[in-house]
Amino acid sequence: MNLSSLNPGQTAVLVIALYMGALITLGLLSQLVLRLTVADYFVASRGLGSTMLLMSLIGTTMTAFALIGSSGEAWESGIVVYGKMASWSGIIHAAMYFLVGMKLWAFGKKYGYVTQIQFFRDRFESDRLGLLLFPILVALLVPYILVGVISSGTALQQVTAGAFPDWFKFDDPKLSGAIPYWLGSLVTCIVVLYYISAGGVRGTAWVNALQTVIFLVLGCAMCWTIADRLGGPVNATRMVLEHNPTRLKRDASPQDMEQYQRKLAQWQSDPKASVIKPREPHPASKVEFTTYLFIPLSVAMFPHLFQYWLTARSAKKFRLSIIGQPLLIMVIWAPCVMIGIWATSAIYNGQPVIPPDLADPNKVLPIIVKKLASPVMGALLAGGIFAAVMSSMDAMFLALGSMFANDIVGHYIGRDRFSDRQLVLIGRLFIVIVVALSYLLGLKLAGTRGVFKLGVWCFSGFASLFPVLFAAIYWRRTTKAGAYASILAAAGTWFWLFRDAGYGASGEHTYWGLTPVTLIFTAATVALLLVSLVTRPPSPATVAKFFGTVHNAH
Amino acid sequence: MNRVVIALLILLAVLHQDFWYWDRIEPLVFGFIPIGLAYHIGVSMAAGILWAMAVHYCWPKDVDVPDESFTTADAVLPSERARP
Repeated sequence: MNLSSLNPGQTAVLVIALYMGALITLGLLSQLVLRLTVADYFVASRGLGSTMLLMSLIGTTMTAFALIGSSGEAWESGIVVYGKMASWSGIIHAAMYFLVGMKLWAFGKKYGYVTQIQFFRDRFESDRLGLLLFPILVALLVPYILVGVISSGTALQQVTAGAFPDWFKFDDPKLSGAIPYWLGSLVTCIVVLYYISAGGVRGTAWVNALQTVIFLVLGCAMCWTIADRLGGPVNATRMVLEHNPTRLKRDASPQDMEQYQRKLAQWQSDPKASVIKPREPHPASKVEFTTYLFIPLSVAMFPHLFQYWLTARSAKKFRLSIIGQPLLIMVIWAPCVMIGIWATSAIYNGQPVIPPDLADPNKVLPIIVKKLASPVMGALLAGGIFAAVMSSMDAMFLALGSMFANDIVGHYIGRDRFSDRQLVLIGRLFIVIVVALSYLLGLKLAGTRGVFKLGVWCFSGFASLFPVLFAAIYWRRTTKAGAYASILAAAGTWFWLFRDAGYGASGEHTYWGLTPVTLIFTAATVALLLVSLVTRPPSPATVAKFFGTVHNAH
Repeated sequence: MNRVVIALLILLAVLHQDFWYWDRIEPLVFGFIPIGLAYHIGVSMAAGILWAMAVHYCWPKDVDVPDESFTTADAVLPSERARP
């Protein structure tokens, strides 16, 4: 095949097809070493080393949210997004691994837990707690999966434009011949489903290690290439200073607003002369900025992260992940935020890189990559976006299967009624059903939800379950009733506020200047404390099990 | 040292609130990174260093579970094994 005879869209399709083929091959290889037991399929027989653990955790936590969401949000609101999400996450993710992850790993290893719900059931001496937690965790995972579904379909559609003009027609002529959104999302879901089915968590860890390396390298390459095409990073920033200076800071003074109005009037009177349509300044709120610290607490409650924590060979294997997390988050986020800022004012060959009428921030990164990178580079970079998307979706799919097989079927119907092979199969079937539903929901919501906002709602929900988890580990007085009260308060407040925000469709919502997560987190904490203090404490046996016996190991 | 590391981590969380750079673009670090962003990149680097210190000086003693405490009866909880 002569590569030079392919148009840019076809080159992108070829590179992405090769990339997906490589993932399927890795899935097949991991199948060769898979033992079809629950512990091997869902926690890789607790045998992963430091590097694999770090790569898996980074691949899982850094999603489409980190690439597409961060650049899109930087394009919309400027540098504030880095401080809100990335630097807070660097401090707090590592704290969660140190304070929560290692403890849960120790309990998991000692008492044989495969899922969070197994831990909560034992800790709170409540068989029915799983029935409350399971639907909540699944419901919170669905928007997170949607982030992947929406991002993969959008990215594939943008980077493959022009590939097959005879097959795929669009109302927008710029997209003619692109792999349509529905097909791109479908293919991504099927490839991920295949390799997690084949290799379980070990296969997923192998694939994630590869994908993490790919998107780390390609993220930096993407930033360098785009800066180079814009005349170097200094020139790219100079264009922002000229057209949209408020994207380079967090405040917007009356002079900034005046300047914006003046430039907008200029652009409206003669768009060709002004080239760049100025973007409206969005001054950030200091209170909101501070309260974003609650968002990264969500990692402590991610079911898929819990599953990865359990795969560690020993507690010492967490060390590299704790130290590496803030640094790798920086390596991934900083280039994406710079790209998003440059995109606001980027001019190439006398034309704006981002169309002035663009409303969907999810499209910023795919568009700038397509316009400024060479076809092969653009396709490779699209592969990097897919790597980020798929390395999170796979872990979430697997966590869903694990929770259903172990917490619902195994626990309530009877673990001994099923062989390990049957339980794994049941888990796989549940994954297919949830993924199919998420996919259909993703088709319905296409273009109506920003990846960043949807992700923040999802993280807010998980973060609000953090008080009950932290108390379960560190406060022996936490009671069963307190746990129920906290979970119900978190779920109720989250749903009420999410509905108030149009189910993620409307802009960023704050209440009295506070982010929704602050209110939900407060409600969950107050309920936990008050109810725990007035109800019967856990039995001495449970207190000894979780606050005494683990110490004997040393 | 334990307390020093904890105090430094709390200080880093406080310093994260860099209201003093809220309305500033310049200086542009390396000529292209606005100071507000460069500061937070610095916060990320400091977090890496402080967590390395935490791992070294504050390692918890109750998390090193020996291998023999988990048998490969494979994630079947005692309560579930007893079910009919």
